[in-house]
Amino acid sequence: MNALRRLGTPAQRIVIDPIACDGFGYCAELLPGLITLDEWGYPIIESSLVPARLLALARLAVKECPRRAIGLATCEQPSDGYSGQQQP
Amino acid sequence: MTALVDQRVVTPRLLACVQRTGAFDLASHVAVHGWPKALDLPPSRRSRLAPWAEELLTDIEDAGLTGRGGAAFPTARKLRAVLSTRRRPVVVVNAMEGEPASMKDQVLLSFAPHLVIDGAELLAAAIGAKEVLICLPDDRIEVGSVLRATLAERDRAGLLRSPVHVATPPGRYLVGEESALVDWIRGGPGLPVFRPSKGAPLTLGPCVALVHNAETLAHVALIARHGPEWFRSAGVPGAPGTCLVTLSGAVARPGVYEIEMGTPVADIIDLGDPTATPAAALVGGYGGGWIPSSAFKAPYTPSAMRELGAATGPGILVALGSASCLIAETARILGWLAAERAGQCGPCTYGLPAIAEDLAQLARGTGDRGLLRRLERRTGQIAGRGACRHPDGAVRLVQSVLRNFPSEVSEHAQGRPCASALGETPLPLGVPHWP
Repeated sequence: MNALRRLGTPAQRIVIDPIACDGFGYCAELLPGLITLDEWGYPIIESSLVPARLLALARLAVKECPRRAIGLATCEQPSDGYSGQQQP
Repeated sequence: MTALVDQRVVTPRLLACVQRTGAFDLASHVAVHGWPKALDLPPSRRSRLAPWAEELLTDIEDAGLTGRGGAAFPTARKLRAVLSTRRRPVVVVNAMEGEPASMKDQVLLSFAPHLVIDGAELLAAAIGAKEVLICLPDDRIEVGSVLRATLAERDRAGLLRSPVHVATPPGRYLVGEESALVDWIRGGPGLPVFRPSKGAPLTLGPCVALVHNAETLAHVALIARHGPEWFRSAGVPGAPGTCLVTLSGAVARPGVYEIEMGTPVADIIDLGDPTATPAAALVGGYGGGWIPSSAFKAPYTPSAMRELGAATGPGILVALGSASCLIAETARILGWLAAERAGQCGPCTYGLPAIAEDLAQLARGTGDRGLLRRLERRTGQIAGRGACRHPDGAVRLVQSVLRNFPSEVSEHAQGRPCASALGETPLPLGVPHWP
């Protein structure tokens, strides 16, 4: 993180749109350390923060996803969110 | 109607009018609650805060009011998040109440409709909302007619400040989810919408939706009249105020009760005259959890229930009688939740039916050797991976069983199901209709 800050690159984290995702699994192929697949082939994000050495592969995963379901977001996300659900 | 309020627990607030006068028309409402002064002050001009808006917002903040729809999110923070978009708000009153075991919103709208409208009107006037939209399911026809008559009564008295409309989306469970409701209002099918940041305000054309549960708005109406100190004089410091609870299951008097936050769970169940000492209770409804009778002394607050693996949810308590099996009940509920899923996200679409089937096998005692490990894995993988929190609630319910009832679970897993699991004794849910 500190090294990234010094380079002026904000840290990136993986975001998956679960509605768009159809479980093609390219992301888990490209980023096995960060994404695994569940028994039905849908991605589980094991670690959303992308280390600098995997940034190029993460960008490739974003580009290659046939459903355009994966994206990268900068980490300075406002965390003031409510869960936005009436009943659970 | 079964007992609405029991004086042993709390002086009624939300249901004070019908309780004291037996009526809920405008004259009785004003006689009991008074009229909120702010509604006689000039409302906000288009998309600007009324001069008195900040005071109301601060009062709601100081009162510590949290949403009564299930998520228990601080009401004032939601308001400020919507205001920060600088779009003109539409106040959406969420009375969709899609859980079979919940009836508090329909009781509230049937017996204190003016209080809910007061709350919505106050917020709308404070923040310059374009309109108020009250959403209730299309199959609740009686509630809809009470509501329309109430709006007509206010209109005749010249007391409607904003355009107030009643909308009747389809009465499916998931339409009550905030983003699904807004999707329906936008003309969509009424399905949850993916938001990268779960709390991001939802837009409605050029406007932004401010969605609050009906009970939350009734509390806003009272806070505007009596202030935050009054609100906090009931309840406990971390969980102030009163709330409505729908109590059902193995009780002689199921009903909607107004209780103080922090009331021990045992005392709430006692209000309904339990038929025998219940072995367990479902707290928070289908997205909540089961707690054992040894935990009934715990205070009914969001944090205490969370620690027990349950939730307060939309104020649901179901007492489990000795004739019912908690695992069989949970299997039944999971089957229902799986059927009610939107079918948009993989983990929920495939996960919930699989977990429901696992539980059905566990209940019957016909599971294979890997069943429990599979159930642990599946329930551990799903939370947070859907567009909405529907799957999170479903797996929380299952995890509460695995965590809080290990001996029952292991008996069933070893092929020794209880007698109740094999008999068909579904738990009676919900409340008989009012007279």
